[in-house]
Amino acid sequence: MSVEFKMPKLGESVTEGTVGRWLKQPGESLELYEPMLEVTTDKVDTEIPSPVNGRLLEIRVNEGDTVPVGTVIAVLEDSSSATVAAVAAPAAPAVTSQASSNNGGGNSFMSPVVARLVSQHNLDIKQIAGTGKDGRVTKQDVERFMAQGDAAKPAPMPMPTPTAPTPAPMPVIKPSSTPAPMPTITGSLLAKPVAYTPPATPAVPSIEPFVGDELQPLSGMRRAIAEHMVRSKATSPHVTTVMEVDLSTIIAHRDQHKADFERQGVKLTFTPYFVQATVAGLRAVPIVNATYTDEGILLHKSVNVGMAVAIPDGLIVPVLHNADEKSLLGLSRTVNDLAERARTRRLTADEVKDGTFTITNHGVSGSLFAMPIINQPQSGILGIGAIQKRPVVVTINGADAIAIRPMCYLSFTFDHRLIDGATADKFLAIVKQQLEQFA
Amino acid sequence: MAELNLLEAINQALDQAMANDERVYIIGEDVGQRGGVFRVTDGLHAKYGSKRVIDAPLAESIIIGSSIGAAMYGMRPIAEIQFADFIFPAFNQIISEAARMRYRSNNTWEVPLVIRAPYGGGIHGALYHSQSIEAFFAHIPGLKVVAPSTPYDAKAMLLAAIDDPDPVLFLEHKKCYRLIKGYVPDEHYTVPIGKADIAREGSDVSVITYGMMRHYAVEAAEMLAKEDISVEVVDLRSLVPLDRETILNSVKKTSKVLVLYEDNLFGGYGAEIAAIIAQDGFEYLDAPVQRLAGLDIPAMPYSAPLENEFLPTPSKIADTLRDLVNY
Repeated sequence: MSVEFKMPKLGESVTEGTVGRWLKQPGESLELYEPMLEVTTDKVDTEIPSPVNGRLLEIRVNEGDTVPVGTVIAVLEDSSSATVAAVAAPAAPAVTSQASSNNGGGNSFMSPVVARLVSQHNLDIKQIAGTGKDGRVTKQDVERFMAQGDAAKPAPMPMPTPTAPTPAPMPVIKPSSTPAPMPTITGSLLAKPVAYTPPATPAVPSIEPFVGDELQPLSGMRRAIAEHMVRSKATSPHVTTVMEVDLSTIIAHRDQHKADFERQGVKLTFTPYFVQATVAGLRAVPIVNATYTDEGILLHKSVNVGMAVAIPDGLIVPVLHNADEKSLLGLSRTVNDLAERARTRRLTADEVKDGTFTITNHGVSGSLFAMPIINQPQSGILGIGAIQKRPVVVTINGADAIAIRPMCYLSFTFDHRLIDGATADKFLAIVKQQLEQFA
Repeated sequence: MAELNLLEAINQALDQAMANDERVYIIGEDVGQRGGVFRVTDGLHAKYGSKRVIDAPLAESIIIGSSIGAAMYGMRPIAEIQFADFIFPAFNQIISEAARMRYRSNNTWEVPLVIRAPYGGGIHGALYHSQSIEAFFAHIPGLKVVAPSTPYDAKAMLLAAIDDPDPVLFLEHKKCYRLIKGYVPDEHYTVPIGKADIAREGSDVSVITYGMMRHYAVEAAEMLAKEDISVEVVDLRSLVPLDRETILNSVKKTSKVLVLYEDNLFGGYGAEIAAIIAQDGFEYLDAPVQRLAGLDIPAMPYSAPLENEFLPTPSKIADTLRDLVNY
């Protein structure tokens, strides 16, 4: 009996997967639960076991190709009739592929003008009746649909109620950290849509390899990182602001509690301190814990702090969900667990999802300060520099003196579309204050 | 204001230009005593004499070459090529000399020359009297190419071409000569070179065209209006320089475009229009840009049924537009 094998759903919010590597070739025999292929989602590689005893008959999706969850990626032969449904079963329903769009069975082709109008007005193409060739939705169909008024429009994006008032619309902008706003482009006769759409095939200059050069194939992760970095820079106007923090208090606290934590089986690092200070900043300045959209600024209720972890051939950002609800001990435990599993690539897809802010600790490799790139669709990323003993001027009992203090640069990169310089500095100042006055 | 046909409007423009400016003269084959094979210069020889209306030998390279020299020395020659099909002996003079003189002389010399050339088919002219030649010349920077299709525009644009300090190839569609009539102001007036005209406003589909095809497109639009299809017709009038803004505004409005021209399809002038729309109007398109043009065969046939087969006709245009609207 032949069985269709579908792209499994690797986590709650995952809608597609990339075939990383086929561990079996057509014709090869399969044992139940034997690793059959590797699937890559945004940041996680997972080995998928065979659901049958039998043979791999046909591969339908090539290595490196990304398909929606539920797409048939292989055909297997089941030699025992006892199929294990558990692995492949829950796949199909989540997907709404193009085939099902447009009033069922219509032509799903979108002309450039229709695609633009749909994206510009945030319409659901599936709700528009197509009258064009083979049921295609035409520009006039879209215009007719829009003319039907608000009643026919899809419900707007659900917006959480802001828990704190947003800052005044035009705060005073510090020239030091804020470049002039981008001028509106008026040169073109035809206005461009607001949203950034990456070109389907970016123009790549051809590169002539030198003699002896070696072409290293791109891993799924490398490709994902590259795509994300380019998209982030193109989406958000990045601005970085830097402050210096004295970590004497933190170091003293850590020295004092290290043994305590150890007795409870937890290694106390600096990261949870930075997470706690960041959480305090995010709560005080909610617009940093937000996402810019064309409809408005989406203020996130949850505080989910991602932390970038370097791994041998790339980078993973596991997320501390609801970081604001955890104690220093709880944070330490979670941070250590996530970091360890990130390094051994055992994170689940949900553990790298839904971050609302990111911390990157580039100081571990000696960097003093860096200007990190925002993890989209977040609005800010905090870079932590190396902790270094430096001579600093301190004032003791009214007299200036030079002291040796463990200092560290905090660099905060933010999306200038929604955060202005003064707001960013306010956030960073709170993080600094939390660290210096930790109690 | 009088109702004139296109030929009479051109005759009036020539007469007024010669009366206004002593530097203006006409040179061409049979333009003098005969008044031109189409009678465009009728009466001018009698009025202005053989020094200002010059019968040239059957040598187009001389007609154009001597005119270039005269223009550079301050005259305002209007050279007539009897049929556009015969312009090729002068091709070198036009391309290599007239069009490049300003550039070549570092802007110290100019060639204020007008070359009038009756072109186009549908008049049983067969191989040597039916060609569309605009694609060869529109390709050349330094040369202006205009193709007015109404008496009003023909007079205005000829006067603008005579005023222009650079060489202008002035194309007159032979089928328009006596067929197309319209009211023409008596006075001297101009239409700026480089501006298109909306021949008919519409909202469902655009036709971008020029020359005799403007009138066929309007005819097709009238047929389709009865079917509740609203067609916009853009008459380019000036092929070089080109009014991109009017084209793109029409694309933006209707999102469906037919580029219509009489010359054969491959590499025709309309291919450039289609390319501009694809590049600058992509986000406004709701259907692939369509082209309707003459057949890719060596020449326009003589026999009426075959000539009809070669040319885009109002019914062929209407069929193509229906397909576009239903896309």
